[in-house]
Amino acid sequence: MENLIALLIAAPLLGAAVLLCGGRRLDKAGHWLGTLLAGASFVIGAVLFVDMLGRSADHRTVTKHLFSWIPVEGFQANVGFQLDQLSMTFVLLITGVGTLIHIYSIGYMEHDENRRRFFGYLNLFLAAMLLLVLADNYLLLYVGWEGVGLASYLLIGFWQHKPSAATAAKKAFLVNRVGDMGLSIAIMVMFTTFGSFAFSTVLGETGGASSGRNTAIGLMLLLAACGKSAQVPLQSWLGDAMEGPTPVSALIHAATMVTAGVYLITRSGAIFNAVPDVQTVVVIVGAVTLLFGAIVGCAKDDIKKALAGSTMSQIGYMVLATGLGPIGYVFAIMHLVTHGFFKAGLFLGAGSVMHGMNDEVDMRKYGGLRKYMPVTFVTFGLGYLAIIGFPGLSGFFSKDKIIEAAFAKGGTEGWILGAVTLLGAAITAYYMTRVMVMTFFGEERWKHAKTASPDQPGVEPAAETHGAHDEPHPHESPKSMTIPMIVLAFGSVFAGGIFGIGDRFVKWLEPVTSFDHGNSPVAEWTVTAATIVCLLIGVGLAVAQYGRKPVPAVAPRGSLLTRAARRDLLQDDFNHVVLVRGGEHLTRSLVYLDHSLVDGVVNGTAASVGGLSGRLRKLQNGFARSYAVSMFGGAVVIIAATLLMRAV
Amino acid sequence: MSAPTELLAAAASHTSTGEAFQFWVLGTVAVIGALCTILMKKAVHSALCLAGTMIILAIFYLANGAYFLGIVQIVVYTGAIMMLFLFVVMLVGVTAADSLKETIKGQRWWAAACGLGFGVLLIAGIGNASLTTFTGLGAANANGNVEGLATLIFTKYVFAFEITGALLITSAVGAMVLTHRERTERAKTQREMSEERVRGKHLPPLPAPGVYARHNAVDIAGLLPDGTPSELTVNQTLRGRGQIRDVSSEAIADLKALEQRSEERLGRDEEAVK
Amino acid sequence: MNPVNYLYLAALLFTIGAAGVLIRRNAIVVFMCVELMLNACNLAFVCFSRLHGNLDGQIIAFFTMVVAAAEVVVGLAIIVSLFRSRHSASVDDASLMKL
Repeated sequence: MENLIALLIAAPLLGAAVLLCGGRRLDKAGHWLGTLLAGASFVIGAVLFVDMLGRSADHRTVTKHLFSWIPVEGFQANVGFQLDQLSMTFVLLITGVGTLIHIYSIGYMEHDENRRRFFGYLNLFLAAMLLLVLADNYLLLYVGWEGVGLASYLLIGFWQHKPSAATAAKKAFLVNRVGDMGLSIAIMVMFTTFGSFAFSTVLGETGGASSGRNTAIGLMLLLAACGKSAQVPLQSWLGDAMEGPTPVSALIHAATMVTAGVYLITRSGAIFNAVPDVQTVVVIVGAVTLLFGAIVGCAKDDIKKALAGSTMSQIGYMVLATGLGPIGYVFAIMHLVTHGFFKAGLFLGAGSVMHGMNDEVDMRKYGGLRKYMPVTFVTFGLGYLAIIGFPGLSGFFSKDKIIEAAFAKGGTEGWILGAVTLLGAAITAYYMTRVMVMTFFGEERWKHAKTASPDQPGVEPAAETHGAHDEPHPHESPKSMTIPMIVLAFGSVFAGGIFGIGDRFVKWLEPVTSFDHGNSPVAEWTVTAATIVCLLIGVGLAVAQYGRKPVPAVAPRGSLLTRAARRDLLQDDFNHVVLVRGGEHLTRSLVYLDHSLVDGVVNGTAASVGGLSGRLRKLQNGFARSYAVSMFGGAVVIIAATLLMRAV
Repeated sequence: MSAPTELLAAAASHTSTGEAFQFWVLGTVAVIGALCTILMKKAVHSALCLAGTMIILAIFYLANGAYFLGIVQIVVYTGAIMMLFLFVVMLVGVTAADSLKETIKGQRWWAAACGLGFGVLLIAGIGNASLTTFTGLGAANANGNVEGLATLIFTKYVFAFEITGALLITSAVGAMVLTHRERTERAKTQREMSEERVRGKHLPPLPAPGVYARHNAVDIAGLLPDGTPSELTVNQTLRGRGQIRDVSSEAIADLKALEQRSEERLGRDEEAVK
Repeated sequence: MNPVNYLYLAALLFTIGAAGVLIRRNAIVVFMCVELMLNACNLAFVCFSRLHGNLDGQIIAFFTMVVAAAEVVVGLAIIVSLFRSRHSASVDDASLMKL
């Protein structure tokens, strides 16, 4: 059974290799092959899951040593897999959502001439992501980590003929590099501390390492997580990553890759548990990102960027939960899974809306679409209800648990975190209602509006195939697109209940992540009630603002906060001023230093040597008699010295 | 002979008055000779002065009991080496006088300073050595100076002797290599030479130098009928060195003077006849 | 008189020779001055021989003469070939080895 684990990765990897190397002759069947292999991977995952369920909780972890990768004395890097409940959760999420998005992409990318390449990249992503979650050591995890970064880069820049997409891809890659640096440093520190990268060794011997080492590893892992999961301060790339095709946004930048940071922190829980200070940092990062993403999400008119802000915010919830330690790990993963369902569903819904609206992304040019796209409206609406935490749907179970866990942290910290998460819930309700209302309700603002021309940034070139009509004709998407949305809508509705009721998910994950109820100062029902109140406030505000009044076609100037939020809360400006300008100034001063000091010393030495030589050269006049005088003078000096030495 | 030998063998602090007299007189001459060597404008004079100095040194060798070296100094040095010098001087041009004007800036001052410093240091060093007594060569020369040297050369210094032999041969070969000129063109055959001569400008022998009945030296160009000197009449080497004396104007002036004198005489004779 | 006076004389001759090397331009004269210096050394060696009462100094002087003879042969050959190529025996004319 363990051999199937390798097959799990091999299937999409094979797909990627065949599709990317196969050339144009695979253009017609390429998408089917890619989808088939993704589906095969899901089937294998399911088989392994059933197999795992058949064993008792303590014997569910399976390891498979494949081969020795870098066998050097004192440096043993192995290729091996570890399939436990945590990995299994991810495998099912990745392959499940991945397969659905493959199916969706068949319809969505139908008119793109590079569809085969797209499916190759998607398969590559699946393989890398599976490698990331299945690796049994940090070095192999790093390979997967870089692999998903590469796939993300390729897919964001899939329409690389658009400068904005190419720039966004580079931005994502560069910002991710900062985080990857953190992971590589963490791995180096691990190796010098524990002499190994294996999870079993590193996490098992955490107690034996000094707290300084643990702190360093923890902070570096957090940096890596920040980069991959778009957490403050490395969050700037996620908004721009929406330049990629919508299925990519759904799969990579909502459901799976961006949650790799959460996986990393959860997987390395033993290290974080050992250093509470680092956990505090994790919690702060999560809390800040939670609010940051939510505020950004409120201000965006671009439907995908609003959802991207939401993703950032929801991952903030997860990171906050992981920072709580054993109280929160389980709920972080649970929220991760439910979020994977509903956010992927929301993105696919957004893609469907764009598909029907000539690839228009500005929500101010939507409105009243529920009549034209019923399936999209229902699935998107269920995703919406799930994410705001409507009682009974999946978001309710997972988010509520995180808020409870935040309170359960105890002390002042607990109260602050609880307040932040409640505030986040309210803002989530606000911005998601805004998206919902602006898109599906109200006036049909698109009727007399001109659609954006294809070369305008943020517009996907598929518009060309539709033709740039003056007026869009909203229509429901084909079956290949609606079916995955329906399946994900089911997930959005029921996953939370399946996981949450009877603490099934807690019991499932507890052997891996451990679990602690904490001591909440407030009763569970109080928190739930408070959450629902916050939710209602948020929804009410949004309905009052966007549902009752007509939505202006051009965004009003807005308050200072709104304008800042539209600019992603000045994150790019901050990066530009602090990092780019700072870097430029540093470079300039280094160049100046180089020119004046280093070159000065070098050139000065050379010039003085040259000048001295020019003067000494005159001694070299070619006259033998002059040389004879020098020799004779030297003899005189030697005799004088000899006599002097004798005299002394 | 044995008594003075024994006397010499003992450590002494003074030499005989005769030797002292000889030293002061000849030493002065030697220094003058050395100074003349470096101050004479013509190389041949320098060589002669040097030869004189060397002969004096040979006498000093003899006075110091180095009989063999004294003779060798005269025979080899003064006789052979200095003659070699003179030979080269002749080859290069015996009459060419050097200008003693210094051309390198500061050379003379540096040379003077270094020489003075060197001399002072050397003399100070010797004066400092406190050599008040000397052994003398009486014992060493007891079996004869030549025998003593021969014993040393063929026993203690035999390897050095052999090596100097090799050195001499090497230098002889080296001198030949240095002065040997490789023929770069084919040697002319006798036929070619005769054709060249017959077809060339001068079929008869070149005109002889000298002016008839007045100058017959080889460095004086013969005069053509119009009184101008002919380059062809003098040796090419002398022409190259610029050592040709031009007597054309001299001859014409002489001729004029002769005619004037003869006219005067004729005039006087005519007056006498009247 | 003390034989040390010969040493003083040798020093004087040597210095005169050295000065000659430095101030004369004619290669032949320079060479003669070198010979003068060698002879001054020989005089010193002979004098040392007398001071010490053994013949080793004379042997050294003898070897000096041999070496000087070899040197003269090669040196004069050089001067002759130099004169042939440059039509001059001035050491200053051979001053091409400079920048």
